[in-house]
Amino acid sequence: MSDSRSPEVPSPLREAWAAFLRNRAGVFGLAIIAALIFLALFGPLIYPVDPFEIVAAPLTPPAENARVPFGSDYLGRDILSGIVHGARVTLFVGGAAAAMTVVIGVLVGAAAGYWGGRTDRFLMRMTEFFQVLPALLFAMALVTLLSPSIPIIATAIGVVSWPAMARLTRAEFLRIKSQNYVTAARSSGAGDLYLITRVILPNAAAPLIVSTALVVGMAILFEAGLSFLGLGDANVMSWGLIIGSNRDYVIDAWWTVTIPGLAIFFTVLGLSLIGDGLNDALNPNLRER
Amino acid sequence: MQLLANLGGRLLSALVLIGCVIVFNFLLINIAPGDPATVIAGEMGGASQEVLAQIRAAYGLDQPMLVRLGTYVMRIATGDLGYSYYYNDPVADLILSRLGPTLLLLTTGLGIAILLGVWLGVLSALRPNSPFSHLVTVFSLIGYSAPVFWTGLLLIILFGSAWPIFPIGGIRDVTQSGGPLFHVFDVAHHLVLPALTLGAVYTAQYARLCRASMLEVLKSDYVRTARAKGLRTRVIVGKHALRNAILPVVTIIGLQIGQMLSGAVLVETVFNWPGLGTLAFESVLRRDYPTLLGILVCSTVLVVVVNMLTELAYRLIDPRIRAAGGAG
Repeated sequence: MSDSRSPEVPSPLREAWAAFLRNRAGVFGLAIIAALIFLALFGPLIYPVDPFEIVAAPLTPPAENARVPFGSDYLGRDILSGIVHGARVTLFVGGAAAAMTVVIGVLVGAAAGYWGGRTDRFLMRMTEFFQVLPALLFAMALVTLLSPSIPIIATAIGVVSWPAMARLTRAEFLRIKSQNYVTAARSSGAGDLYLITRVILPNAAAPLIVSTALVVGMAILFEAGLSFLGLGDANVMSWGLIIGSNRDYVIDAWWTVTIPGLAIFFTVLGLSLIGDGLNDALNPNLRER
Repeated sequence: MQLLANLGGRLLSALVLIGCVIVFNFLLINIAPGDPATVIAGEMGGASQEVLAQIRAAYGLDQPMLVRLGTYVMRIATGDLGYSYYYNDPVADLILSRLGPTLLLLTTGLGIAILLGVWLGVLSALRPNSPFSHLVTVFSLIGYSAPVFWTGLLLIILFGSAWPIFPIGGIRDVTQSGGPLFHVFDVAHHLVLPALTLGAVYTAQYARLCRASMLEVLKSDYVRTARAKGLRTRVIVGKHALRNAILPVVTIIGLQIGQMLSGAVLVETVFNWPGLGTLAFESVLRRDYPTLLGILVCSTVLVVVVNMLTELAYRLIDPRIRAAGGAG
């Protein structure tokens, strides 16, 4: 991406940001995620009720007892506190798993796309292997046999999610590496590492950033699924855990699963909206629509 | 001939893939904390000293690692997936008895998703700015963002008490009995909610995908030619455009089948559907590792088979690939 400093030409980043702000759905998504980050950082300070502590009668409906505004679960624990404290796990696992996905995916995809040939064939076979694996069963086996701790869970999600990212990166690298500016950089003496990190990667960044937003959403859904099955870290309250532990009482106590489910839903929705907004903003061909 | 060679290549890489999963299982058993014999017996299973000694002898746990790997792979290759000390049954038998319900759920859910998704996608692409089209866009966004187990639980809330027209758990009503026809109807009745839950997620995705590819195809030259010839919209869409617009959906089915199986694990758990997913869930709770790892191997085989089938379907739909004989 050319870094133009003349005042007439706006920087591409600023232009994309302005385009993003014109997308109302994208801004809505950004607002949701900003609120979630705020909740994860400061929520437990503002609302310090322990999510594991029994504070009310079991299955108290919302708005009946001021101590549990969102109602209580089957043991009498505060649902609101679970939502507030669960935001941290959700964000942390989603972020860590997505970071892992992006790092592995971009490394593998970049190597395959840049070098091609035998490297490409080998790496793509490996990608295919991980892509068709039944991801949840794989993660279940990994987490059950090792330990259900947050780092293992994030790793398991990262290990099963990177293939799509690798394919996308490879496709972008294949497209870009034959462009004239890459040939020009190469003929002026740029090495492999420089070409990959400084020339090709910045030009492949747009679709990779868009798909990162979606990857975080997928990772959050995955974590929720694992903790719903009781495979989360039992010492940390998470939204999936609230739903999973209350599911036998769902017919009499709708709030115990509906409220944490809404939290997951809006988080993933926010990330998809940001992804769509970024897609429109970063793709100059779509911007005029 | 080309086709056969291609299929041969696919088969070979499928075998390599399954082999990798088996080796992965073996590694997992060995890096798990604790004695491999206890892992194989399952922590909660009847792991008496006798059983443990028996396992050590059977698996040759005193042998070097590579020899053990060889034995392990050979065992699985001959269909011996190990023994569940919780159920007191060979794992292969357990899995076979649970495979049917899972396949039924997967095919019904997939069927709903393909029919409904393609239909919604095509209709909304034909009138891209209509309220209906916006509704489809919103629906696919919701379907993509809602966790599948949550959708299932919401349906249970709705149909469990407010509007009890569908059963909310299990595969059949044990309190009643009847002829084979009654049995089929009973299973179908129990299948409605799980299949809808699983189908909803993928309906949303396929609708979105099909809408995008249909919009693309409708702008292409050959559709314009067909229009210029004076063909009716129904013929253009049905005979010419749909065939191309549906290709991305077929591709994604092959790629996503593993993911769909993950969805089925969650849906089965929510609705107590007695398939592989509930078996996996139960074996996690009971630390019944041979069963869990056996399910992992079998479901990989399932995914590989479905992948090959979608590739065949792709060839049937896309004449270019059929003529060229390449994998596109």
